[in-house]
Amino acid sequence: MGALTHDEWQALALSLRVGLLSVACALPFALALAWLLSRKRFPGRVLIEALMFLPLILPPVVTGYALLALFGRHGAFGEALAGIGIVVAFRWTGAVIAAAVMGFPLLVMSIRVAFDNVDRRLEAAAETLGARAWRRFTTITLPLSLRGIAAGCVLAFARAFGEFGATISFVSNIPGETRTLPIAIYELLNTPGGMPGVRRLAIVSLVVAFASSAAATVIAGGAPWRNRFDD
Amino acid sequence: MIELSLRHTFADLDIDVAFRSDARTLALFGHSGAGKTSVLNAIAGLLAPQSGRIAIDGECLLDSTRGVCVPASARRIGYVFQDGRLFPHLSVRQNLLYGTTARNAADDIDLATIVELLELGSLLDRRPRNLSGGERQRVAIGRALLSHPRALLLDEPLTGLHAEARTQVLDYLRRLKQELRVFTVLVTHQADEVGALADEVVRLSAGRVVRQVTIAEFIARRTAFAAGTIAFSD
Repeated sequence: MGALTHDEWQALALSLRVGLLSVACALPFALALAWLLSRKRFPGRVLIEALMFLPLILPPVVTGYALLALFGRHGAFGEALAGIGIVVAFRWTGAVIAAAVMGFPLLVMSIRVAFDNVDRRLEAAAETLGARAWRRFTTITLPLSLRGIAAGCVLAFARAFGEFGATISFVSNIPGETRTLPIAIYELLNTPGGMPGVRRLAIVSLVVAFASSAAATVIAGGAPWRNRFDD
Repeated sequence: MIELSLRHTFADLDIDVAFRSDARTLALFGHSGAGKTSVLNAIAGLLAPQSGRIAIDGECLLDSTRGVCVPASARRIGYVFQDGRLFPHLSVRQNLLYGTTARNAADDIDLATIVELLELGSLLDRRPRNLSGGERQRVAIGRALLSHPRALLLDEPLTGLHAEARTQVLDYLRRLKQELRVFTVLVTHQADEVGALADEVVRLSAGRVVRQVTIAEFIARRTAFAAGTIAFSD
């Protein structure tokens, strides 16, 4: 089967970059939305939750088409972005957006559960000690939710790493630019003599997926070594 | 000095309480479900009553008729909860300094004073989960005092502690009362805690003030009750 070829390394590196950046881009929005859903009751909340879940429910190709409609050269945001020299359609940055959108619900759900599990009485105690909302969030809610946030990041990364349908619809399959690992596998499947490459990349995918799943499990459940070194 | 009147209806309790006191340590005494903790929560700003007025040392914290409701974070009320509520991810030192940082205040109550008074020196680098019940309550008391409060609220601070820890924390509270002149509201259903710490007692029952007496009257009534000369005691 042999080592990865240059193109395969390129696809792997692009997928890792897209996965990491998509999580980094989505995280601030996910934190804000998760906090809102966990702590506030407001009209339209159900609508926001339903919208948030759409990327999980919709066929990924439809999400990709929607992104193209919004961020394409003639899309609502795409035209404005193009005006300031930013083009995302058919660029690797577009792959980041597609991956961020697809991983967003997983990220928000994990963080929201983590926020829900923070003892609200501790936040009340902090309030009586003079801490306003932002300080309570940064010093109590956020640190006590770190495990859930980290687990959500790992899950969202894994989702982004394996993202295919929305990415290929939005940014197509351009070698070195938008050909992520799943798209490279698809390309090799349709190429005569591509099966060894498919096997190599499938094994890489399996390793990354397993490592992500194990990491999420360890983080969410608490690392087994944690108690040995605390205090 | 505290002036308080508040009305609030819960699903299972209707609170209609009013009292005024010049005592340095005021006890709210009564059985579970009398509304004592709700009164404390209203003073701290954690409960917004349907109507009422709360002022401490002339400073209005709540006045529903004027639309005044100072947020809990700005009330400068030190609250010692029944369960301590120490921040589990912070060390004892960080817990103690939490309110000091928030208010950036400086007066005669500093970390060194509190550490000495409550004998917390050996605990400073520990995490709350490695503390005993009594130690946790001492840290919670220290943390509340270090937030430089205009009033200290103690919600059943000795409940759940074993006898030795209870005596120990009670001794610390006595010492604090002597050394630091902080207006304190103590919620308890234990008469010995009232006798040890309070100057005046407000007896609550089913969300109403039944009686307000000085500590001397409270002790006299309990003595008379024990002797069988009166039917009910405070």
